[in-house]
Amino acid sequence: MLRQVEGSRAVADAVARCRPAVVAAYPISPQTHIVEGLSDLVTTGDLAPCEYLMVESEFGALSACIGASAAGARTYTATSSQGLLFMAEALPNASGLGLPIVMTVANRALGAPINIWNDHSDALSQRDAGWLQLFASSNQEAVDLHLQAFALAERLSVPVMVCMDGFVLTHAMEEIDVPEQDAVDAFLPAFAPRQWLDPDDPVTIGAMVGPGQFTEVKYLMARRQQAALADIAEVAAEFESTFGRESGGLVRPYRIDDAEVVLVAMGSALGTAADVVDALREEGIAAGVLGITCYRPWPHEAVREALRGIPRAIVVNRAIAVGSGSILGQDVRLTASPGTEVHDVVMGLGGRPVTRAGLRQLVLDVLHGRLPRGALHYVDLDETVAADEIAREAEVTVP
Amino acid sequence: MTTTPLYQIGTFAAGNRLLDPDQRSVQSGQDRTNAITSGHRACRGCGEALAARVVLDAASRAAGGRMVTVNATGCLEVFSTPYPESAWQVPWLHSLFGNAAAVASGVSAALRATGRDDIRVVAQAGDGGTVDIGLGCVSGMFERNDDVLFVCYDNQGYMNTGVQRSGATPPAASTATTRPVGTSVGNAFGTGKSLPLIAMAHEIPYVATATVADLHDLEAKVTKAMSMHGARYLHVLVPCPLGWGSASSETIRIARLATRCGLFPVFEAEHGSVTHVTPIRQPVPVTDYLEPQSRFAHLFSGAGRPDVVAALQDRADRNIARYGLLTEETP
Ligand SMILES: Cc1ncc(C[n+]2csc(CCOP(=O)(O)OP(=O)(O)O)c2C)c(N)n1
Ligand code: SF4
Ligand SMILES: [Mg+2]
Repeated sequence: MLRQVEGSRAVADAVARCRPAVVAAYPISPQTHIVEGLSDLVTTGDLAPCEYLMVESEFGALSACIGASAAGARTYTATSSQGLLFMAEALPNASGLGLPIVMTVANRALGAPINIWNDHSDALSQRDAGWLQLFASSNQEAVDLHLQAFALAERLSVPVMVCMDGFVLTHAMEEIDVPEQDAVDAFLPAFAPRQWLDPDDPVTIGAMVGPGQFTEVKYLMARRQQAALADIAEVAAEFESTFGRESGGLVRPYRIDDAEVVLVAMGSALGTAADVVDALREEGIAAGVLGITCYRPWPHEAVREALRGIPRAIVVNRAIAVGSGSILGQDVRLTASPGTEVHDVVMGLGGRPVTRAGLRQLVLDVLHGRLPRGALHYVDLDETVAADEIAREAEVTVP
Repeated sequence: MTTTPLYQIGTFAAGNRLLDPDQRSVQSGQDRTNAITSGHRACRGCGEALAARVVLDAASRAAGGRMVTVNATGCLEVFSTPYPESAWQVPWLHSLFGNAAAVASGVSAALRATGRDDIRVVAQAGDGGTVDIGLGCVSGMFERNDDVLFVCYDNQGYMNTGVQRSGATPPAASTATTRPVGTSVGNAFGTGKSLPLIAMAHEIPYVATATVADLHDLEAKVTKAMSMHGARYLHVLVPCPLGWGSASSETIRIARLATRCGLFPVFEAEHGSVTHVTPIRQPVPVTDYLEPQSRFAHLFSGAGRPDVVAALQDRADRNIARYGLLTEETP
């Protein structure tokens, strides 16, 4: 049933309907409304049986999830930004131990300077941590991805991050359908852990592995992640046949078939990009959008296929790798066939809006050869501010 | 407390078959779990390995075999689980260095939520994993009163990484990062960090200290802790022959000297108040404890450092006064 509701509240309801037995979380903007919603549901008994652990830090939150998951409970947490980094040590631990924890990342910039607004720096900084990373383009998809995330995590024994743009999605009031309890129960069977800390059948989990076997363990982990691509597509298809709407999967192409230029992006910017493409098409410009829903594992084949024969791709990066360049753009460059010219741009850092006008101008600049090729281009940079600061720095003499 | 009748005068030997059955040690029983079996890689005379077996066997008996353990990174984890081998006969989970308490809270919450809370949770960590890097998680677990028994095996340093100083290293001890070189006397005289007192400040149901010198007492405290619910903390002094520079045959004697000189008070507390103190029967000066350990050798070589020894004696005397270690009554 469609309800006018805040994105965070819808996600909290969706998570609750997945019946996690343990939720451990620590508040940080813009994730707060999600965990507040869940703590209400546990307090009122609407989500039961469930233990909500109010831990002392994000490190404690993910650590508690690790323990809970190893003890055989369906386990959930949520965080953002600095909180995700505070968990950093435990992230590869959860994936290395193969624990099917689901976490929402309400995407937010990383400080300094401290900034609570949206970009993708947090999740992308942890792209190699061994978690699946699914990016929601809308609040409806965020809800749907949580159901799929639990299904995938438990099917594959890997942890999954569901990334949704902070504030832009988490705090937006929209009409959202949260599937009813029976439907969720039918889609998501009860958790049957592969192994747990069973006194009747004691296992040692987390042994020390030396040079003799470590490579093999990591190889198998990487192989399993690659194989997950098939499951992600499969679960999305199962979701569609159950709930009658398209959500999740690997990539989301929009009007790319005969496109001369394609915007590649993740998250809530996809809706804006689709609007821009519609408008450009009306003007006779063959533009399209390629949305990346599954960022890890990287859907190499799907991206390559989608971009095959497309002359120009513009990657909208909402995070940068300082000292190197783009992050999403690097993946796209390595994937696209030589026939596709990849333009790599930075937009929308730290909550700067990715607007229709901005994207439209970007497409036109690329088509008219106004964008320098090769170098990473900061589309929405205020050149005056930057130039002033560079000049001032040059004047400072070190005593 | 009922003092254990002595079989051989002057010893507190565990496994005394002449005692009443209910006073016999878990270790002497044929039904002991042998939670950590032989064949692991600990050094000879390792106090931590001994304490871990005694603690977990007692906890396992108290839990009727329904127990899981969580372990922080440190010597205990490394010497017991060189993949593909494992010395653990009980379900055992290692995650990280600083998160054992939070992992254990998660296990406990999961068992409660899934209706299996007959299974008890014991977390174990070294002093580094407890008083330093793990303190935030430990304090959170205490404050929420999660149903976890947390055991700290205190060997007063980061032994696993090669004997560096920890927040539990005593003043004047030589470690790999507090060498008595130049004008240094070894580890600095800081304010100290007593985790038992910090635990008591959380007013958790049970806090106790123990050593490997009195295994019967250690078992009794574990058994008592396991009869309770909520957050419980046990701090066990475990000499480390490698890090302390003591003979591997001296582990028990040195642990006993640590208590007899007053540097390591043995007591119990419930809900923030001390309920029992183990009195010192035959007090000794701190030198008796310090001299057999090469980590304190610089205090005795050449002209020696009587001033530093006096400062250590002062710490011991303060403990004796604070806990009433020389009086038979408990405060
Ligand atoms: C985050 C992190 N920092 C540092 C280390 C390295 N490290 C592993 S064990 C250890 C010391 C362990 O000391 P303690 O907890 O006292 O246990 P012990 O080995 O002395 O029994 C250190 C520093 C680590 N594993 N993880
Ligand atoms: S270094 Fe110390 S604590 Fe570690 S195994 Fe050896 S004796 Fe035990
Ligand atoms: Mg130690």
